[in-house]
Amino acid sequence: MTLSSPRVLLLWRVLVFMAALSPLVYWSTQVALQQAGPEPGKYLLLGFGLCALVILLLTLSLTPLSKLTRWKGFTLIRRQLGLWAFFYALLHLSSYLVFILGLDFSVLLQDIARRPYVIVGMLALVGLLVMALTSNRWAMRRLGKRWKPLHKVVYLVLALVLLHFFWVVRADMTDWAGYALAAVALMSLRLPAISTRLPSLGKRLGLR
Amino acid sequence: MLIRSRRPQDPTENDVTPEAMYRNRRWFMGAMGGLGLAAALPGTAWAKPPWKDVTPAEAPAWFAAMKENVAWDAVVPEDQSVDKTTPFKDATSYNNFFEFGTDKSDPANRAGQLTTEPWTVMIDGEVNNPGKLSLEALMTPSRLEERIYRLRCVEAWSMVIPWLGIPLADVIRRADPTGEARYVRFETLVRPEEMPGQQSRFNLIDWPYVEGLRLDEAMHPLAFLAVGNYGRVLPNQNGAPLRLVVPWKYGFKSIKSIVRISLVRDQPLNSWQKIASSEYGFYANVNPNVDHPRWSQATERRLPNSLFNPNRMDTRMFNGYEEVASLYSGMDLRKHF
Repeated sequence: MTLSSPRVLLLWRVLVFMAALSPLVYWSTQVALQQAGPEPGKYLLLGFGLCALVILLLTLSLTPLSKLTRWKGFTLIRRQLGLWAFFYALLHLSSYLVFILGLDFSVLLQDIARRPYVIVGMLALVGLLVMALTSNRWAMRRLGKRWKPLHKVVYLVLALVLLHFFWVVRADMTDWAGYALAAVALMSLRLPAISTRLPSLGKRLGLR
Repeated sequence: MLIRSRRPQDPTENDVTPEAMYRNRRWFMGAMGGLGLAAALPGTAWAKPPWKDVTPAEAPAWFAAMKENVAWDAVVPEDQSVDKTTPFKDATSYNNFFEFGTDKSDPANRAGQLTTEPWTVMIDGEVNNPGKLSLEALMTPSRLEERIYRLRCVEAWSMVIPWLGIPLADVIRRADPTGEARYVRFETLVRPEEMPGQQSRFNLIDWPYVEGLRLDEAMHPLAFLAVGNYGRVLPNQNGAPLRLVVPWKYGFKSIKSIVRISLVRDQPLNSWQKIASSEYGFYANVNPNVDHPRWSQATERRLPNSLFNPNRMDTRMFNGYEEVASLYSGMDLRKHF
């Protein structure tokens, strides 16, 4: 049995699925056990948002990783991870609407007018939604050559998410700086000068 | 033999006892026990029943001595059924104290190592009695009071906290300001080895954390210097061992772990104004009509809340402490936010 055998790849996909689901299970348990503090809605809101960003960054690391290693496993979970990022972003927005606003949509309208980061976050979610809706085979076939350029919107989404995060921070930029640095690193791996050298680098490191 | 079977409509003892007394039976029994104890030990001061589920703490001798003679309930909310006291656990696990990190749980997790004894406070500036005072010397000339204040955070959440402390005016009077003093400036401790947030390289706050009040605001009877809450010494995460409590202003004005109180001529530049002067002003009075640029201040979430009930309520002008309004008569509070 090798790393590319169908059974190993299936196991890998199942493991990724369970790993992506585990934050939701963990936070829900914390809330149910009343271990989430005096504002459980905010706890979930922040957790879901951060999780969406982390998964988005992981998704963007798959292409460089598969170039480096040529392992099929990385490409196989790209759609799955992208959908997970959308799922957590959707939970993030839902938490805001239900737990923070209490579904008071008049407050939502005021907030949208006043808080640019709400608009930026919503735009990012629209981008993720478009990609989620066109992630199935039927849409891929329908879109043909246009599919790839359309899904380049993920880079814009990443920028919007980081801006959204930046506007929320009040005093300490350490966490934000870490995620921004990771984003810059992942984007620079896509520069032609670097991305074309990844396969040979992988060979030299014995990864391919 | 007489067998009596109770019909469902018959009153039970529960029905006979007045409901309020029934509900307070545990307190009542405790109070009766307390009375007995007080009678048995002449000279023991009448104490109010302790706050529920409070983690006990070792207190310095001067604090224990002052606790023998507390003016309990010196200030309480007008309607305690609306402004219910926040449970101790919530008030001590959900804090903004950036010296220990920016997460709400950081202060509770990381403030334990802070050394709060010995503690001295520098009193300086435009005063006739400058000097470095021990916390004991600063506090003991006054009588300890308990005040239950609403606390409104600028982030639109709020709690209700029972503080133990003394009027700020007492300390200022003893310092004896000169005719030049117009403002009071406060400074928090800088001790990165015990305050991990101060080690962060990407923190925008230029330590020490600084806050300030106009002298007449500081002399207002509601302005309070707290050394305790929930009937005990302050937990470190709440600003031990000495913090300001200005209930009509947003929480960030109530500076924690104070090491310096200066009477000054010019308006101090408080830390948040220094970082973002378009978002945080010097006055920072709670005002539902002036929004933060990034969110509305018209309502607040009273904590603890639950998932499907954000516990949203209308924010009141000056956080409901309208007796301070005369301090600001003639001022444009949109400009001086």
